[in-house]
Amino acid sequence: MKICVLVKEVPDAAVEKRIDPSTGRMDRGGEKNLNPYDTHAIEAAMQIREGGTDVEDIVAVTMGPESAVRALHKAVSLGADRSVHLCDASLAGSDVAATGYALAKALEREQPDLVLLGQQSDDGECYTIGAVVAEHLSMPSLTQVIKMDVADGALRCERQAEYGYDTVQVNLPAVISVGDAINEPRYPSLKAIMGAKKKPLETLGAADAQIDASKVGGDNSGAHWTGVKPPPQKPPGEIIEDEDTNETVEKIVTWLAERKLI
Amino acid sequence: MANILVFALHYEGAINKNSLGAVSEGARLAAELGGEAHAILVGENVPDELAGSLGAYGASKALVANGPEGLAQPVVDAMAHAIEQGDYSYALFGGGLLGFEIGAGLAARLTAGVVMEVTGVRVADGKLIAERPILGDSAISEIEYRSDLGIIISRLNAFEAKQTGAGAAAVEHIDVTLSPQATQATMITRGEQRGADVDIEGAQILVAGGRGLGKPEGFELCEELAHAFGDTAAVAATRAVVDAGWYPYAAQIGQTGKTVAPKLYLAAGISGAIQHKVGMQSSENIVAINKDANAPIFEFSDLGIVGDLNKILPKLTEAIKAKRSA
Ligand SMILES: Cc1cc2nc3c(=O)[nH]c(=O)nc-3n(C[C@H](O)[C@H](O)[C@H](O)COP(=O)(O)OP(=O)(O)OC[C@H]3O[C@@H](n4cnc5c(N)ncnc54)[C@H](O)[C@@H]3O)c2cc1C
Repeated sequence: MKICVLVKEVPDAAVEKRIDPSTGRMDRGGEKNLNPYDTHAIEAAMQIREGGTDVEDIVAVTMGPESAVRALHKAVSLGADRSVHLCDASLAGSDVAATGYALAKALEREQPDLVLLGQQSDDGECYTIGAVVAEHLSMPSLTQVIKMDVADGALRCERQAEYGYDTVQVNLPAVISVGDAINEPRYPSLKAIMGAKKKPLETLGAADAQIDASKVGGDNSGAHWTGVKPPPQKPPGEIIEDEDTNETVEKIVTWLAERKLI
Repeated sequence: MANILVFALHYEGAINKNSLGAVSEGARLAAELGGEAHAILVGENVPDELAGSLGAYGASKALVANGPEGLAQPVVDAMAHAIEQGDYSYALFGGGLLGFEIGAGLAARLTAGVVMEVTGVRVADGKLIAERPILGDSAISEIEYRSDLGIIISRLNAFEAKQTGAGAAAVEHIDVTLSPQATQATMITRGEQRGADVDIEGAQILVAGGRGLGKPEGFELCEELAHAFGDTAAVAATRAVVDAGWYPYAAQIGQTGKTVAPKLYLAAGISGAIQHKVGMQSSENIVAINKDANAPIFEFSDLGIVGDLNKILPKLTEAIKAKRSA
């Protein structure tokens, strides 16, 4: 079995995120890291391999600027065997539909049996790329999966949806996004971190992946940003720093009593 | 003509409340655009009466397709078919989970622009502009569509369900051939309720616990505090702890759980993710205890306490007991 894991670099959680006022896009400068949700997808791939299924290849795949190489190194240090970097100026500014299309083209070259993703990206707050990729690859897909067992060329998946927990049988090949409750990602060993840069990394341009240039990039995205405005203002709440807990509790009780909540 | 096709999720004979909101919003927007709002339902033997009932929310027509329930790709097939046959400029989805999967799949199938987490839509020059909060809700971006079809996936509770008093919608059955991918997934069990059947919707006071409780037993701190508040209080939870099996699904607030608006919502060890916030932001008073001063929940709480819940909750419980018996 061959598993491709889609990963992404995102601004480090500690860095304040902002919008570039001239384009309306996220300013993706500053410190970057592997999207923390993606580490659950890599871990899920590792657990399939360690669980006895014959997984000959785990490939981390990303689309992004040159700096995204670091996210791939991290992914490899967490267990991927090699990585693929789709990197081309023409892809910049692609919306979710265009990004999903481009990633699907890169995946077509790999012919994976299973494509895994994290539940969401830490920056853009969207969790739909898996559904876009699956549609382009004509594969079944499910998002937010928190339990996944492989048997006889199919996956048995569990996830929470609108009405409770669903159990769904999905035949391979398939595209699955995993929820963060599926596993506890391991920490990479020092040896794995040191060795990550030596693992094979293939860099692809848009043409290498046979991407139709008229379908990608900011100008060809169907959803187009026109402006940004502040949200309705709500007065900021009161903040108490807990130093002396007895005092803190007294303040909370007074606050609640003033509002007739006790 | 600018018609709008609205996905109507249904389960056990009832239409999802967020879908009703989407139908109402679709009808409002279609009227402004000079078109109609049509609903689409996919399922095994959907009763005509259920589909027709969407007329009361403003749908002039309800399309019904036979297909497996609870999975996205069969609905993508049905909606793509309807859009190819009909005259639609927009597809609209209420908040939840399936709508995100369907909307994204449809965008890929029909090369359409898609915007998710939409909290408002307005008409400008005969076209729709979608508003989407970004950066932890600190700004709202406005997005227009350049594609023939625009897809709008709204945030939970973005649109209110409004009965307009109109009669039943005309029901039309459509024949849809499933795509290869749609035949490769099968629902085994749907809507399993994990954990006890607790009631949080009737409570005036909710003490909600999250991953910051550290372990399943951490919920005892929340239960004791709720108990101190008296009969009108109950305990609620985040998806993180429900998925982990620490607390029942029936107590979960948020995008794939309940929507609540109690007099007091007190969060302990909850970060305040958007998917949680959408289910409780209408609460009258929001109090949060979190040890991380940068936790997003402080952005929308009325009273925030930066500190360790293990220290604060037991003392707060004692203080409230004392106050109530005084
Ligand atoms: C499609 C989708 C649907 C979702 N639906 C839902 C939903 O319906 N409901 C929902 O809740 N979530 C939902 N989520 C998940 C959501 O994004 C968050 O992951 C989740 O709400 C986080 O739960 P949490 O706050 O308990 O955990 P965390 O985000 O891990 O936060 C724990 C918090 O506890 C604090 N903490 C730790 N120790 C202490 C201590 N000793 N004292 C005080 N504070 C402490 C930490 O600082 C942290 O802020 C959904 C996600 C997706 C992608």
